[in-house]
Amino acid sequence: MKKRRKLGRGVAIVGAGMSKFGIFKEKNSKDLFAQAFSEMIASVDKGIDPGDIDALYLGNFSNDFFVHQAHWAPLIADLIGLTSKPATRTEGACASSALAFREGVFAIASGFYDIVLVGGVEEMSKRSTAEVAEGLALATVPYEGEVGFTFPGVFGAVATAYFAHYGATREHLMDITIKSHKNAVLNPKAQIPHSIRDIMAAKAARAEKKGSPVPSWADEKEFLSDPAANPPVAWPMHLFDCCPISDGASCMLLVGQELAGQFTDAPIHVAGIGQGSGSGFHGSRSLTSFDATRHAAQEAYGMSGLKPADIQFSEVHDCFSMAELVHIEDLGFFEPGKGYKAVAEGATVLDGPMPINTSGGLKCKGHPVGATGVSQLYEVWTQLRGAAGERQIPKKDLRIGAAHNLGGTGGTCTFTILERR
Amino acid sequence: MSERPFTDLSYREYLSEEKLMGSRCINCGAIFVPPRPICIHCFGSDMAWEPMSGKGRLAAFTCISVGPPAMVAEGYTRDRPYCSGVVELKESVRVDARIEGVDTTRPETIRVGMPMTADFIHKDADGEVKTVLAFRPAG
Repeated sequence: MKKRRKLGRGVAIVGAGMSKFGIFKEKNSKDLFAQAFSEMIASVDKGIDPGDIDALYLGNFSNDFFVHQAHWAPLIADLIGLTSKPATRTEGACASSALAFREGVFAIASGFYDIVLVGGVEEMSKRSTAEVAEGLALATVPYEGEVGFTFPGVFGAVATAYFAHYGATREHLMDITIKSHKNAVLNPKAQIPHSIRDIMAAKAARAEKKGSPVPSWADEKEFLSDPAANPPVAWPMHLFDCCPISDGASCMLLVGQELAGQFTDAPIHVAGIGQGSGSGFHGSRSLTSFDATRHAAQEAYGMSGLKPADIQFSEVHDCFSMAELVHIEDLGFFEPGKGYKAVAEGATVLDGPMPINTSGGLKCKGHPVGATGVSQLYEVWTQLRGAAGERQIPKKDLRIGAAHNLGGTGGTCTFTILERR
Repeated sequence: MSERPFTDLSYREYLSEEKLMGSRCINCGAIFVPPRPICIHCFGSDMAWEPMSGKGRLAAFTCISVGPPAMVAEGYTRDRPYCSGVVELKESVRVDARIEGVDTTRPETIRVGMPMTADFIHKDADGEVKTVLAFRPAG
């Protein structure tokens, strides 16, 4: 039985902040969260006394593994002077902070709290690449891990199924990579703020300086097709199809809708919120779709009364280029099997009809896993407030944006629709 | 002989005996590989073991050049990728498996839809034999 879900009380976002994403060997999770928190406080137009915050929900996937420290919610509560108020950690692999956001929304919607801080943090770069891969693989489905699947491997397999089914090729995924890099150039928080062309020029310059043969490529796709420049990781996923290892933190201030005017004249409202779960390859309905995303989308669209065509732009969980393609179809922005054609026609670029990942996405903004969900919502909030600077979407009357977050191999997915009213 | 419980452990025990086994719901007939103790269609919990034919088609695959430590320890490197995949069995269920007998350095020669037949890899892990389900091209 399908029920139209609704919140018991409206919830608005009145502040948001994120640290720069990247590799920060000299900073720990507290240092990163402090950056995000300070920006959030400064972003509240009419000010907030942090002492008025009722509770904290914090997403963190696996600092336990990455830095051998668990139980992060009270540590962050202590950092920002919130103790002895409640602080709760949420874990949903790479969707951990989207779950924190959701818990915060429900806590306010229930009427129990009025002002809630939600956020996320992850500190990954203190480990070697192999160790990080092992740590992330803790969130795969055991049946997949046992036969050697890695995260890039899972999305590589999704790609071969998609290619065979719909006729797309690697070249179509390159369109996504090229676009993410272009967007990230305009994002001061991004870990990789370089276009593919910048990277090509830098490689050529380095070779020239060393006196080795100077490589040349006709265009971005020739560069991305060159196995020396873009080696395979899990075929057909190559290096430039994969997001980097990152450190970072993000947070947002949520309040009961009727209180929003005390903090800002430009609150952003939670119009729809959804979450779903998924089985992995052995139990999912299709190999070219994530059941959890579809369920989350159905909940969020149902609650908001909005349709996919009403969403003006979206952040989606592009841990791999292939993932972005699957999500834009699962979320209903494009029909199944038609997403890659729309991407090739430029539908998802910054000034296209349906901008996707204006932040540069996980691919180039970075993916400190526990911080990602709220950082996606930060991008939507920033765009809806017209504060995205050079990467501001050039659409008149930008009112409705969304964010999709995925954890594991689709085990946990969320979809959140935000609205400027 | 008392019947083995419908668990991951039993599934792996059968694999070590080179048998690919699923569970069949006695109430509604649904088949699950790996076995499930509870039917996710009718929620019955009366199950029977069902041997699989071991025949199917390749539904998805990847050739992994950068593997986890355990695969690297087996000698899989950038120059020698291994293949993992999903096989759709004749019985209409999907299983994750290693894919053997394909040229992983030329992944474009591996085709979704290829007929596959089950195989079993017995690995010696610290004196203990662990069996991993594999498939290879049929014929």
